[in-house]
Amino acid sequence: MTTSTPHSKPGSEPTAPSSPIALALAFACGLVFAAALVMSGMTQPAKIMGFLDFWGMAQGAFPGRWDPTLAFVMGGSVVVTLVGFAWASRPGAKPWLAEKFVLPTRVQVDTRLVVGSALFGVGWGLAGYCPGPALASLISGGLDALVFVSAMLIGMLLTRLALRPR
Amino acid sequence: MGTYVWALVGGLLLGTASCTLYFGLGRLAGISGIACDALVAAEGAAWRWAFLLGLVLGGTVFANVWGVQAMVPRSPWLLITAGLLVGIGTVVGSGCTSGHGVCGLGRRSLRSLVAVLTFMGTGAITVLLTQHVLS
Repeated sequence: MTTSTPHSKPGSEPTAPSSPIALALAFACGLVFAAALVMSGMTQPAKIMGFLDFWGMAQGAFPGRWDPTLAFVMGGSVVVTLVGFAWASRPGAKPWLAEKFVLPTRVQVDTRLVVGSALFGVGWGLAGYCPGPALASLISGGLDALVFVSAMLIGMLLTRLALRPR
Repeated sequence: MGTYVWALVGGLLLGTASCTLYFGLGRLAGISGIACDALVAAEGAAWRWAFLLGLVLGGTVFANVWGVQAMVPRSPWLLITAGLLVGIGTVVGSGCTSGHGVCGLGRRSLRSLVAVLTFMGTGAITVLLTQHVLS
């Protein structure tokens, strides 16, 4: 998938888009992303924990105490990305404002993926925050969101440091 | 019922924003990766900061517009533990709900499907233990 040219170091990313229009588009995407998270209820930890509470289905008539909201959010978003990413992978496709599409280089299912995702899930279930909603709540979510995001960023940086190839 | 309609509309918008970032900049809207790389990347951090600025600002403004209720404050130790686990886990596992969920499933990536099933599984077990078994 990746072809290295004499000028690019292996593993180095292609030049990141940094034109004013690219930055404005990135800003707009972040803005819409946050609005979408808020309107869909995803910035409310109770909605996340209510979804992960599958035992709640057994409490009362279906869906009981289980909160299916996240399924609607995930369903709606994946319908769009399935079409969008299929369209973007047509032959000769190129980003509007960058040299090329950048995709993860890891393609194998490995222990790291499963262990990392498992740890993330525990934290997600404990507080009902994942990175997107936590950052979108950074100011509106009070001290709770601030404490969570600080711990999350410290965790990311320390892990990145520990896993750095030597 | 209105909740589910807005959830669906929000989902469609999440997908649209993710696709737009990919069509425009050629980058995946994986929030954990964007946040971490914004802090450590020597070059190419600008678009990540622009996206994060939009995310934080949009969340602040829209929470007011939408009238999201303030939460009951929770134990800082719970939040610190959860935050650390989310930070460590998303770096080790190369993604979160956006990168593996919204984008990865849309790209039909097997890795992302495994990741989503794993974090939903351990998330559900965690909620089962904390909300039912131990409380």
